Amino acid sequence: MAETPLDTRWHGRLALGLLLAPALLWLGALIVLPHIDLAILSLRERVGPRHYVASLAQYKTFFEEPLYWHVFVRTALMSLIATFATLLLAFPIAWIIAKLARGRAGSLLFIVCLIPFWVSETVRTLGWMILLRESGVLPALLVKLGITAVPVELLYRDSTIMVGLVYTSLLFMVVPLVSSLESLDNSLIEAAYDLGAGGFSVLRTIVIPHAAPGITAGCIVVFMLTLGNYLTPTLLGGKNSQWFTEQIYTQFITRFNWEQGAAFGFLLLGLSTAMVVIGLKVSGQRFGEVMRRT
Amino acid sequence: MIPSLPRPPWLRAATAAYLVAFLIFLFLPLVVIAVFAFNNAPYPAPPWRGFTLDWLFGNAALGRVGLFADTELLGSIWTSCIVAFWVTLLAALVGTSNAFLIERGRFRGKQALSVLMMAPLVIPGVILGISILAFASQVADFADNVFGLELDFLRPGLPLIVLGQFSYIATIATLTISARLQRFDRTLEEAALNLGASKAAVFRTILLPYLRPALLGSAAISFLMSFADFNTTLMLVGADTPLTVMMYARMHEGATPVLNAVSLFLMIASAALALTLLRRGGRRGKSPA
Repeated sequence: MAETPLDTRWHGRLALGLLLAPALLWLGALIVLPHIDLAILSLRERVGPRHYVASLAQYKTFFEEPLYWHVFVRTALMSLIATFATLLLAFPIAWIIAKLARGRAGSLLFIVCLIPFWVSETVRTLGWMILLRESGVLPALLVKLGITAVPVELLYRDSTIMVGLVYTSLLFMVVPLVSSLESLDNSLIEAAYDLGAGGFSVLRTIVIPHAAPGITAGCIVVFMLTLGNYLTPTLLGGKNSQWFTEQIYTQFITRFNWEQGAAFGFLLLGLSTAMVVIGLKVSGQRFGEVMRRT
Repeated sequence: MIPSLPRPPWLRAATAAYLVAFLIFLFLPLVVIAVFAFNNAPYPAPPWRGFTLDWLFGNAALGRVGLFADTELLGSIWTSCIVAFWVTLLAALVGTSNAFLIERGRFRGKQALSVLMMAPLVIPGVILGISILAFASQVADFADNVFGLELDFLRPGLPLIVLGQFSYIATIATLTISARLQRFDRTLEEAALNLGASKAAVFRTILLPYLRPALLGSAAISFLMSFADFNTTLMLVGADTPLTVMMYARMHEGATPVLNAVSLFLMIASAALALTLLRRGGRRGKSPA
């Protein structure tokens, strides 16, 4: 039986509706509405039992209490440094994988670099704790080599947090870098070299402009993940970690002060989103493309 | 510089040294975990006191509770498996539906919707967690006050953890599945329809087999990500504790090598999963993300 055009259109609408339903349910109930709710929470103040008024008090507390905004700025700065350090560390490896290794060696090396990231961050952090704590492997090694007289505590320092953050972020930098470097035509580098360019000017004028999309994608993702990290700073930094996500947890779960926790959450979300937007603007890329890359 | 250009010996040496140092940096934490899972000592620390399997098979009678006697730890692995199962199932279903919506659907606001679908990836996990916690609790309070309904699944606990993890893992599933659907040759589908196949038959016999690698790949990634998730889970955890949160709590207290044993178990399991996936994917699927 042939379908009339009206039937087809009706079928099309029904199919579209059926496909839209899960997407709207997912985004509406788990992303959009909870965030609107969080925004409302952050903009109210408790003035008595079960009595709330709209106010900016939560945000005011943030700016008036030095501890809060110090931790916020500290988290942002350390995330920036960690992002930059990850880029520096990952770039040579991405170059080796994409350009220097021949044939299957390249893809094999790539897989080898990805292996540690198949296990959870908890496991990897446990490894660092065993390595770095006072009774751990590296302090014992330092004593054995005669570098320090007694075992030193290598945990609970800012530099330790940094090592952990960089380690955990490497994958998200290496993957986009490799894919953007692989697409760079070797003959461009050869041409530049034949025309007398040195290693540094090739890097600056050819490689970095070409790899810019990959660099941006990697930096955005790494910064965002570092900023929102909880596990690595709290375990490797201990009481000195002073990470902003920890403040959110304290307000929300320990103190049950949801209004304050919601305001902190929004500040973190704002910073994270601002960085994503700036990163995209600077490199002139679209959001969807960057996400597809990683 | 690239192989076709002359490279001075010092640069070659420096490259090789860097590669070695990088690989050591990458694998040192994992090697240390594996080694100290077998150390005959109450804490995962040097010196080496001899080989033992106590941290795998020990029990209370021996004075050392190994992984296979630690009911609390085994229970949390099981909890993580249940959560990961539901997250994987939901993400595969919604991801497939989204892929068709984005690749095939024509409607107003499609562009905006596909950008919104990416959003969960740039929202920090902690914030996904607290927003879902706050929203779900308020809906539950509302239902309780107005209708006298006790909606327990909206209180911190496993269903909420599943929803929290699903909220961003669905994006990853959508990306993986729609990337494959995009490359589908539509003439195959048209040929089948011309030959009289129903739409359902086309879906079952052509599209589904074609999407299979992407479905399997995204299922594996969803399962691993759910198993490894910490940020979102921490905010939504109730009476039953998934493995990552359990491990975190114990690491704070200074745990015995039983954590090394469970980590070793996780490493072997995920390596096995990764290898199977790489074999199936052949030369193509070299990136997990």
